[in-house]
Amino acid sequence: MSNKESIVDIPTVNKIARLSRLNIPEASKQNLTNDLNNILGFVAQLDEVNTSDVKPLASVTGHKLPLRSDKVTDGNIEDLVLKNAPESSSGFFVVPKVIE
Amino acid sequence: MNESINLKPGQINGETGIWEMVIGLEIHAQISSKSKLFSGASASFGAEANSNVSLVDAAMPGMLPVINEFCVEQAVKTGLALNAKINNVSIFDRKNYFYADLPQGYQISQFTKPIVGEGEIIIDLDDGLQTTVGIERLHLEQDAGKSLHDQHPSKSYIDLNRTGVALMEIVSKPDIRSPQEAGAYVKKIRSILRYVGACDGNMEEGSLRADCNVSVRKSGEEFGTRCEIKNLNSVRFIIQAIQSEAERQVEILEEGGKINQETRLFDTSTGETRSMRSKEDAHDYRYFPDPDLLPLEFSDSWVQKIRETLPELPDLLKKRLVTDFGITPYDASILVEEKDYVDFYQKAANGKDGKLTANWMITELFGALKKENISLSNSPISPENLGQLIALISDGTISGKIAKDVFAEMMISKKSPSDIVKEKGLEQVSDDIEILKLIDKVISENEDKVKDYLGGKDKLFGFFVGQVMKLSQGKANPGMVNKLLKNKLK
Repeated sequence: MSNKESIVDIPTVNKIARLSRLNIPEASKQNLTNDLNNILGFVAQLDEVNTSDVKPLASVTGHKLPLRSDKVTDGNIEDLVLKNAPESSSGFFVVPKVIE
Repeated sequence: MNESINLKPGQINGETGIWEMVIGLEIHAQISSKSKLFSGASASFGAEANSNVSLVDAAMPGMLPVINEFCVEQAVKTGLALNAKINNVSIFDRKNYFYADLPQGYQISQFTKPIVGEGEIIIDLDDGLQTTVGIERLHLEQDAGKSLHDQHPSKSYIDLNRTGVALMEIVSKPDIRSPQEAGAYVKKIRSILRYVGACDGNMEEGSLRADCNVSVRKSGEEFGTRCEIKNLNSVRFIIQAIQSEAERQVEILEEGGKINQETRLFDTSTGETRSMRSKEDAHDYRYFPDPDLLPLEFSDSWVQKIRETLPELPDLLKKRLVTDFGITPYDASILVEEKDYVDFYQKAANGKDGKLTANWMITELFGALKKENISLSNSPISPENLGQLIALISDGTISGKIAKDVFAEMMISKKSPSDIVKEKGLEQVSDDIEILKLIDKVISENEDKVKDYLGGKDKLFGFFVGQVMKLSQGKANPGMVNKLLKNKLK
């Protein structure tokens, strides 16, 4: 792995972890950094291909985005929706206070 | 401060000179769909907590979003009404952030390729002037859930009913230069949305909310650093918040300080903005195309079909009212503010004096409804009855003065004006002989004043007119009274 491709360092890993709310043990950070650089390095091989005339590919199936008509077909399943909630009260999810 | 300087709206006279505001608005308009943007749960307002939530909205693993065709149509329709470029291919992206009322951990939005591109609208200012405001883009996105912070001392309560409801975000260019223009812009967008039927425009229920980007600069200088005021839900608050924010920025800059680019909240109790506790990396949304959704594609012919369903929009309608009914552009701009108003007016003015109808509707009817706090749709006076009243004035059956009494009676009894006029015997007296009788009576009772008048006291003429009108209980045709009196008193 050349230096040029080592774009991820430990501060970057810390930042991504914070944004993703992941708690990463100090001891795994160097390994994770290496893994991320390896992945990015692997994907970077695509940069060698000339794609200037290639349209972005959104799907290999050739399907188009399906549309549905505007009908109410779902809902009224509060019990199911709240089933996994660690805490709920009178139909609400209850979470530690979020203050803006 | 130099009080003699005439400031234009949007200008601030600081210690170091005159500053101007640069304002851009992001309007979030809830689409008037029955179900959500990507799920079949109801999008209605005010249901029991978490009852309008599907497993898609709750972001359960394995659930897939399927887009609502009606919402796509409304976005295109609105785009057309904003004279904007419609993008036949657009992409949905994930905007990633963590918040308790966002179960997916991301909002599905459109970042690089929105459904609608650049456009422009004309806004109407209070002084009758107009100005153009550019539209940067319009995109489709999901609304977030609702957090209640006042139910418990240490907990927040979360209701996901609004989660996934379809929004259009309409982003203006930074073309707006005063709080008043910002207000006029929001009103115009709201009016267009209501004409098109894409959004009910109800700001109290949050169907329409605005974020305002505000910066200040000296005329001709580059744009300054901006602050964003979040979530304003009335035109009045938008105007207040922008004014107060711009003044705050001028004060900081004149003291040699710097503006921090940040998100601020408007405190309606103090009328000032304050910093939202800025979250670290808050703007690092790590957008990427949503792998669950293919690009949204449609054909020109589909767009054309939607174009054909567009109603007559306020700007064109305004022009037509001026030509067809001969009313002033100012009156026309009031009448096109709401679709209700125009519909009412066109029914009332049908075959009548358009100008007179506009005057009566705007001054008398709107005034009376406002006083009673009634909306036009619940008006006790129907368009047909207002039209009939205008006809009675125009053909001389009643005078303008009597018409006001008839109008007041119509507001109470809902009766037709011709019935009221007949019942109360209010027909205007336009008969020469009847009026001459009254004139003779007035002259014989005021012989000394007649002498004075003939001796050169011209001002007494008004007295005689007044006496004749009084004697007729207001029913004499004032024009004829004038004419006949002049002849009599030669």
